[in-house]
Amino acid sequence: MTNPNNATISTVHQAEFTSGHALQIPTLRILQDDGTLYAGATAPELDQATALKMYQTMTFIRVLDERMLGAQRQGRISFYMQCLGEEAATVGSAAALDDADMIMAQYREQGALRYRGFTLEQFMNQLFSNEKDLGKGRQMPVHYGSNAIHYMTISSPLGTQIPQAAGYAYAQKLRGLPNVTICYFGEGAASEGDFHAGLNMAAVHKAPVLFFCRNNGYAISTPANEQFKGDGIACRGVGYGMKTIRVDGADILAVYQATKMAREYALAHNEPVLLESIAYRLGAHSSSDDPSGYRSKEEEELWRKNDPISRFRLFLLQKGWLDDEADKAATEQLRQDILEALKVAEKIAKPGIEHLISDVYAEPIPELERQLADLKEHIRKYPDAYPITSGRM
Amino acid sequence: MAKMNMLQAINNALDLAMAKDDGVVCFGEDVGHFGGVFRATSKLQEKYGKARCFNTPLTEQGIAGFANGMAAQGMKPVAEIQFADYIFPAFDQIVNETAKFRYRSGNEFNVGGLVFRTPYGGGIAGGHYHSQSPEAYFAHTPGLKIVVPRNPHQAKGLLLASINCPDPVIFFEPKKLYRASVGEVPEEYYELPIGQAEVMKIGTQVTVLAWGAQMEIVEKAVEMAEAIGISCELIDLRSILPWDVDTVAESVKKTGRLVINHEAPLTGGFAGEIAATIQQRCFLHLESPILRVCGLDTPYPLALEKEYVADHLKTFEAIKASVNF
Repeated sequence: MTNPNNATISTVHQAEFTSGHALQIPTLRILQDDGTLYAGATAPELDQATALKMYQTMTFIRVLDERMLGAQRQGRISFYMQCLGEEAATVGSAAALDDADMIMAQYREQGALRYRGFTLEQFMNQLFSNEKDLGKGRQMPVHYGSNAIHYMTISSPLGTQIPQAAGYAYAQKLRGLPNVTICYFGEGAASEGDFHAGLNMAAVHKAPVLFFCRNNGYAISTPANEQFKGDGIACRGVGYGMKTIRVDGADILAVYQATKMAREYALAHNEPVLLESIAYRLGAHSSSDDPSGYRSKEEEELWRKNDPISRFRLFLLQKGWLDDEADKAATEQLRQDILEALKVAEKIAKPGIEHLISDVYAEPIPELERQLADLKEHIRKYPDAYPITSGRM
Repeated sequence: MAKMNMLQAINNALDLAMAKDDGVVCFGEDVGHFGGVFRATSKLQEKYGKARCFNTPLTEQGIAGFANGMAAQGMKPVAEIQFADYIFPAFDQIVNETAKFRYRSGNEFNVGGLVFRTPYGGGIAGGHYHSQSPEAYFAHTPGLKIVVPRNPHQAKGLLLASINCPDPVIFFEPKKLYRASVGEVPEEYYELPIGQAEVMKIGTQVTVLAWGAQMEIVEKAVEMAEAIGISCELIDLRSILPWDVDTVAESVKKTGRLVINHEAPLTGGFAGEIAATIQQRCFLHLESPILRVCGLDTPYPLALEKEYVADHLKTFEAIKASVNF
């Protein structure tokens, strides 16, 4: 029934509440812990090359995370964020996209970035904020971005990418591009006003965007049950009038399948879709965080058994698509490669002093030129105090 | 040339920009079929379709975020915030996102072409939620450009320049002048420079500086001062960020005196920034302290608006005090 209120009016004559939990939202699961499929489940169409790329991306990220957290502990980089336990959510979803689809991530989506082809050197240059970093050494580690592979540069403020993704996807639609935007965020970020603003804008203006919520149970130390009272985040998609699907985020086949379906729907109908991935942030929030202060080892152990990589590994072995020995050797080689790349990147010089004022505007404004000239004069006076730039001016 | 009021000049600028470039898209609350609560976007939906001129839900942060995303894709969104008093829910999107988009990505991405249009200022009996002048908050944010026109001719040329600018712009429109200010406006496309002040009248004894709706107020004060024999140089700053230090400094070196007028409250207002820079640049040329004529450090009043505002009489007194110091 259409009416000025844009709401269905089905009349009752006795007062009764409607409960949010009246809507039972199922979770898609395809792959079991032992690598076999659930009864009644169908594996998505996936060729061997794609399946191996997905697997290798997950192992790459796992080893990278391990090494770089170690590098942070040694004081070689200032900060790091792992995605332990959530590799399948970002890799599985990125694999279901077209290479020209825009990715607007939060900060724990290095799996999607690697799947798109961000190189080991590019990871390292960003982490060491050296002069080869695409971001010119301006942001803390893990704030990656690359225009060439359609991965929007990460912004620390939470949720800001959500309404931006709506606008980006709307522009893709106006341009007639055959592409969508995927927007990742956590269940904590979904409490920000930008979440509401972005989902509502996307729904009203019919923007082909996939809102991908990584519900990993924690926002730093705050558990999900202190973050919201509704049925996860998925129930909200229904509230905004968009198609919604919940998926086991440690099951890469389920994530791939759900994202593929969501992408097809979004493009065909010019509509947003909300996906909620249920997984667990096995690592700390960041290198500055210690989860032992807010959750038990027992809880962590329970989820550790739910490992997304070993589950998919077993699936690939059973299919005969993965050679056990070769895989172990490749992982060992990867450790070596990462160590080598790290050693190279940490020796590359920091960006030159001109990048202190470049890119604030398309061209520096006169006041910035004046400030830079003053600064250079000052540095020349005290070269020892500014060793990064004094020798290169 | 055609006679236009400021709204017609703005509407005409948007019309020309949309005709010239498919990427220009206008949106905001009530901006679509209705043409905006002040009618600045009148008939644009009819002409360019619902996809390029549309209503948004009531969400300033959503409007700003959506605009950031569109601009990052390469389009030129012209987003209206219905009143500058309501821009604050969008503060994070503007200050942390719009302003830093190019810088933080190392120029991998940018939101050039994005313009936030927003009516600001008092004089319409709007009380404290329909009268504020929040330019100073944004002037503290590197990466933004801030423009304030004083009349229809300026509004059209500066708005077209803003839409064509490779950097994001906040375009503050003096709503008091929307219909009150009428003047000759060229009908064709033209741009006026962002970041350049305009010396409107040459004088020798005191420089009087303002922008936007305050220009006609200080013009009145300057007339009064001239009538008693004080020669005033009158400058319209036009852009708050970047602001034209050289033009102002050159003028003050000549006159030795400066009176700055703005609508916003005194403390933390942009006049403070101008005064600090000019005393540094022109110290040995100054004949008297730089004076500021501003709103009081209170919320914008309703019943006592006349007493509150930085009017022509207060400015006239400041000009006399500056010259007779």
